[in-house]
Amino acid sequence: MKKGWLKKGALVVGVLMAIFFSLVPFLLFVSSAFKTQTQVTAIPPQLWPSFDIDFFRSAIVRYDILGYLVNSIVVAGSTTLVTILLGTLAGYALARLPRPWAHFSLMLILACAMFPQIAIVGPVWQLLRWLGWLNTYQGLVLPYVALTLPLTVWILALFFREMPEELEAAALVDGCSRIEALVKVIVPLSAPGLFTAAILTFIYAWNEFFLALLIVTDPARQTMPVGIALFQGEHTVPWGEIAAASLITTAPLVVLVLLFQQRIVTGLSAGAIKG
Amino acid sequence: MIPKDRKLYLALLAPTLLVLLVFIVAPITQSIISSFHRIIIGLPQLNSPFIGLENYQELFHDSVARHSFWVTLLFVSTTTFFELLLGLLLALLIHHRFPGRGSLRACVLIPWAIPTVVSAQMWRFLFNDAYGMINYAIFGHGVAHYIPWLAKPGTALFAIILADIWKTSSFAALLILAGLQIIPEELYQAAKVDGASMWRRFWHVTWPLIRPAILVALLFRTIDAFRVFDLAFVMTQGGPADATNVLQLYGYKKMFVEGWMGYGSTISVSVFVIVLVLAVVYVRMVGRRLLEASL
Repeated sequence: MKKGWLKKGALVVGVLMAIFFSLVPFLLFVSSAFKTQTQVTAIPPQLWPSFDIDFFRSAIVRYDILGYLVNSIVVAGSTTLVTILLGTLAGYALARLPRPWAHFSLMLILACAMFPQIAIVGPVWQLLRWLGWLNTYQGLVLPYVALTLPLTVWILALFFREMPEELEAAALVDGCSRIEALVKVIVPLSAPGLFTAAILTFIYAWNEFFLALLIVTDPARQTMPVGIALFQGEHTVPWGEIAAASLITTAPLVVLVLLFQQRIVTGLSAGAIKG
Repeated sequence: MIPKDRKLYLALLAPTLLVLLVFIVAPITQSIISSFHRIIIGLPQLNSPFIGLENYQELFHDSVARHSFWVTLLFVSTTTFFELLLGLLLALLIHHRFPGRGSLRACVLIPWAIPTVVSAQMWRFLFNDAYGMINYAIFGHGVAHYIPWLAKPGTALFAIILADIWKTSSFAALLILAGLQIIPEELYQAAKVDGASMWRRFWHVTWPLIRPAILVALLFRTIDAFRVFDLAFVMTQGGPADATNVLQLYGYKKMFVEGWMGYGSTISVSVFVIVLVLAVVYVRMVGRRLLEASL
């Protein structure tokens, strides 16, 4: 009896510590968005915001945060669409290829995900400059597609492997072509896997900073992370506006995590789960 | 039966392979070639002559690069160690069955989902020398004792290490959780019947079975930690006195701020080689079994 209480106590302490560790630093920061200028730089710091929204107004009017937001939506959205399309085709091929071939190709594709971005960024920048694609959406989307494809192909290949071949065979007997069978039978049945891969790709493209900083130098085309990193005030750091922009950028991700926690957990652990 | 149509499979794979070829394989090859040339972005009239190993010799004698290497190594080893440790504890916690476990998992995932740039600005704010919450939490009203965390070499590196641990421990936790989930419940029941204490059950049942998952987490975390850039760029710009000048940031500065494309490529090829060697070592330890089990 006594032991049970001890265990429960330890669990509660652990849970509270995990929640504190995960949420409190972030809440302390974004609460600045709802403070006034004097509150943000008050010494000692003030915990409770006055729920002013001036910083949001200023972030939108003076710093054009909505422009950055639109760019982020276009870039992350297109990256997700293209990656899922290409990843579905490649993942299906890998799931149906004879094993030695599938192993070999998957190893090659996964190896591409291991490289440090610094090792590709110089030549990618020069290629995009030559194409005239610096400061364009496609100039950012294509490298993102390359960087997110390996994990997507991996997740989808594992998922398609689990699909019973009989269903597909039946569709072929009914006169479907291979592509029709893929689109009409496999894809709808694999919606959960596709969805998981789409969420992970979207989050990657939404958060990416290094390439975005180099490829897009025109503020009219920059994404949210670049905007947040390069925020400049006239004399002081505009903490309130940075916090407001951070909250706007992070809110969709928090919603995704709250709604699809389970899918993200399975997707990220796809590699480790069968080890 | 589904016919084995090799041509169709190749056609389906082609777009993916093409994108990877153009944006990953070719650029890496080009980086390796560039590292043997003198290429200066602002001076195209120099025609980027071949200079053999000169860039590598220069790198070897570049004291900033050597310092940058040690800083990166310290960052990688410290963050990976604490992320795996915290990740293991978090994984054990969120593996436990209790009401509200789903919400806890979502909570724990939030730092992972936040853009690194946002978390960098967040820690920069919390570490502020005057109105930062961390000084307040430690020294209260004793303003005279407040530490300018990001302006002193030792504490600045500590700050970006802490920021990284905060952000990525939950990712390590998820990978380890995947390992925990495949341990059959019966093993624990059997150990309990044999009278094994909780501690013994951890060491003799859990630990040996999650070791592969921990190695996978180690692999992913080490490789990823070598790419650290965003945190240093936003929080410290590599300073003070190069204390947080990690390799990717140094390579970026050489290539894009100073325009030394050739020499910068030498730095990036070196990072690439370090990561490659590590990956080969790790994959030797776990990789083959992992791949064969999964496909």
